Amino acid sequence: MMVPRLLLTIGPIIAALIIAGAVLAVAGVNPLSYYAYVLQRGLLSPGGVQQTLTRMAPLLCIAAGLIIAFRAGIWNLGTDGQFLLGAVAAAASGPLLAEMMPVGLALFLCFVLSTLVAALWSLLPALLRAYQGVNEIITTLMMTFLGTSLANVLVKLVFLDPATTVPQTRTLPVEDRLPRLFDTTVTSGLILGLIAIIAVHLMMTRTAFGLRLRIVGASPRAALHAGLGVPALTVAVFALSAGLAGLAGAVDILGVYGNVRTDWDPAYGMAVIPVVFLARMNGFAAIAFVFLFSILSIGGESAARRLGVPQNFTLVFVAIVLIVLALAEYYTKRISQSREP
Amino acid sequence: MPNANQDIIVLDGVTKRFPGVLANDAVSLTIRSGEVHVLLGENGAGKSTLIDMLSGVQQPDDGHIFVDGKPTAITSPRHALALGVGTVFQHTMLVPSLTVAENLLLGAPWWQRPRKAELRVRAAAIGNNLGITPNLEALTSSLSLGQQQQVEILRALLRNSRVLILDESTSMLTPQGIEELGALVRKLAGQGLAIVFITHKLKEAVAFGDRVSVLKLGRKVGEIDAGQLRSRSETTIISDIVELMFGKRSDDPEGAVQRSHSPEKTANALLEVRDLYVPATPGNHGLESVSFSIGQGEVLGLAGIDGNGQKQLAEALAGQLPAVAGSIRLGPAQITGLSVGRRRAAGLRYLTDDRLGEGIVGDFPVAINLFLKEVGAPPLWRHGIEQRSAIEARAGELIRQYDVRTPSPRTPAGRLSGGNIQKLILARELAFGAKLIIFNKPTHGLDLANTLAARQWIKDIAAGGMGVLLISTDLEELLALSDRIAVMSRGRIAGIVDNSGAARMAVGRLMTGLAA
Repeated sequence: MMVPRLLLTIGPIIAALIIAGAVLAVAGVNPLSYYAYVLQRGLLSPGGVQQTLTRMAPLLCIAAGLIIAFRAGIWNLGTDGQFLLGAVAAAASGPLLAEMMPVGLALFLCFVLSTLVAALWSLLPALLRAYQGVNEIITTLMMTFLGTSLANVLVKLVFLDPATTVPQTRTLPVEDRLPRLFDTTVTSGLILGLIAIIAVHLMMTRTAFGLRLRIVGASPRAALHAGLGVPALTVAVFALSAGLAGLAGAVDILGVYGNVRTDWDPAYGMAVIPVVFLARMNGFAAIAFVFLFSILSIGGESAARRLGVPQNFTLVFVAIVLIVLALAEYYTKRISQSREP
Repeated sequence: MPNANQDIIVLDGVTKRFPGVLANDAVSLTIRSGEVHVLLGENGAGKSTLIDMLSGVQQPDDGHIFVDGKPTAITSPRHALALGVGTVFQHTMLVPSLTVAENLLLGAPWWQRPRKAELRVRAAAIGNNLGITPNLEALTSSLSLGQQQQVEILRALLRNSRVLILDESTSMLTPQGIEELGALVRKLAGQGLAIVFITHKLKEAVAFGDRVSVLKLGRKVGEIDAGQLRSRSETTIISDIVELMFGKRSDDPEGAVQRSHSPEKTANALLEVRDLYVPATPGNHGLESVSFSIGQGEVLGLAGIDGNGQKQLAEALAGQLPAVAGSIRLGPAQITGLSVGRRRAAGLRYLTDDRLGEGIVGDFPVAINLFLKEVGAPPLWRHGIEQRSAIEARAGELIRQYDVRTPSPRTPAGRLSGGNIQKLILARELAFGAKLIIFNKPTHGLDLANTLAARQWIKDIAAGGMGVLLISTDLEELLALSDRIAVMSRGRIAGIVDNSGAARMAVGRLMTGLAA
């Protein structure tokens, strides 16, 4: 008998809620009031849910990129650097392009530019992995430190807005940003994020290209035996994965912030990695988990101000969920194995 | 020092069964101090299982092991070491990133400081006599394979071994290294150590051994003792051993009528390989000027002890391993520089021996695995989009045609039995325009029914006019199916013989390093 997948996912979340509640109680915070507050500010208040949906936009793009990479067996842990360089590219080019051409075209060009810049940033780890077999976990992590610093340097030295005292790029006027959905404050970047992740899901499950990537991910030796061009596919995976992280940066800048301030680093990438694992690299499940995570982080940000629980508690909670999930998976596997003859 | 020729370990009727295989069948032998006991046998003769039982890795199902005359169960490798049984395995068991001294100190209790000074004294005391004086501070990876083996022997001696098992220690050594090892082995025996020396090479057996036991299909088929070794000429001994190792058994259930060689098949070469060269890698032979041809409808058998470059040859032909020099022609087309996919399209198909590791993706459905080498090709993919119903329908046809026993086309391929995975791979490789099929150990790990079925396909494929390169370590299989048999040794073709009455002995001699 197999334990149903859904139970295996929901169960650990409930268990994690209880464990995280215990951690809160030890820290002297009433867990019930914390959860109620998070839920209230992240989901049940009109302003909160709109913020939550807006937050989903970049997270979905990053998740889409991670799904491609992880399913192809490539651990791109450099999404934060790729995201920030994409963001800076959009922030630097957006205001300039918007003055020169119709806004729609300008925004489109910004997206393309951010995607390319981030994809280019992944080229070095991609080539090292594809042709030298250098472990990409190390190289992408190192490149993320360099990328974050480079983004800062660009903001402080190159794309600095002379009109302000705080080091930041020129600000894209609100009317030139991505349109908002209906009468809400929700960015239309959300639609883009949804399209990206569904497209990635379909690509990975329904196309020959996606199947090739999955073969490389599941068994590199079988891929070689079947005659797949593993190095070229590897470079393509890096480019797509990083490109989507760069796109996420553009979505956040063109839809929400309008500029990049110095030292700005929301570190979405590191937060999304566990979410993608929770979703077992399934695009649709990832949408649900990104939604859940957005509620937790928006609600958690409010709760940090109100209840004094650090904002990073959201990550503590996600980590607990993952650990419980891993344990649950381990034990169900052992049970099902011991039942086999 | 123990007295010379005292029994240390006696195996009495030791039997070990694995599912479907009788690895050791009532084997009895005696390991004496001061004596080099050579174990000879082909792949699958049961040498490794015997070593595993002596070194505590496996336990016998039947029979007894006596150590110093007392029945003893050797329960673990640690126990074996405590009893004084040291093993030097074919592939070196040293940590390449540590120094020689650090490797020699491994295994000491973790709470003690490494006793380097003591090691230095003991290593010198033991090594100086024998001529093993490695630089203790050298990084292990900087030593040659022969030197690493010496370090492993030294390690066994530092642990006070009375019995030293050398498992195919000469297989990767240069001729010079083999000479040195032989001299060392003689010295060790002279000091009263008992040596168990496993090899495939008859010359080594006769040159270094005091006693030779021949294993075949799990049974001990003969023993030549020191008296015989000394009193008779080398040629008669060698021909006796060849007869023991390769002589035909009367009760072989798989025994088939030998194919008669038909010379007209070779007249029109389908595959022509010339001077193929692949550089050797650490621990693996490369290929050195390998040349042969295969005619239409011909089965060329490729014999040889496992690991002599057969896999490299298969991979170089399939395009998985780049050849540095040489040429490959298939039919009218030169395929030397082509990719794996282009060679497949040209009609060259490779059925790998590593069926689970590279032949299939175990987590993927049977249906996808059937088309693993055709991903993206119409009509199963249109404009790169998977046509699920077409794929499953076509998979269903192949599953019926090749009798792949699977619950459904969607079942993960890794759940099928070995025989059914082999059928799945066969279905995939025979599809659309196959001209030359490379079978790498096609029946390895299959049960008897599937083995016989697989051999029937090979006959049918050849009868249909395709060429076959049949790589196998099973001489009976090669004799039953091949038109000609090539023998590989150390990355070279040692010789090619017609499969006539004399082929058995000729191939056996070539495999064991003698001239045909």
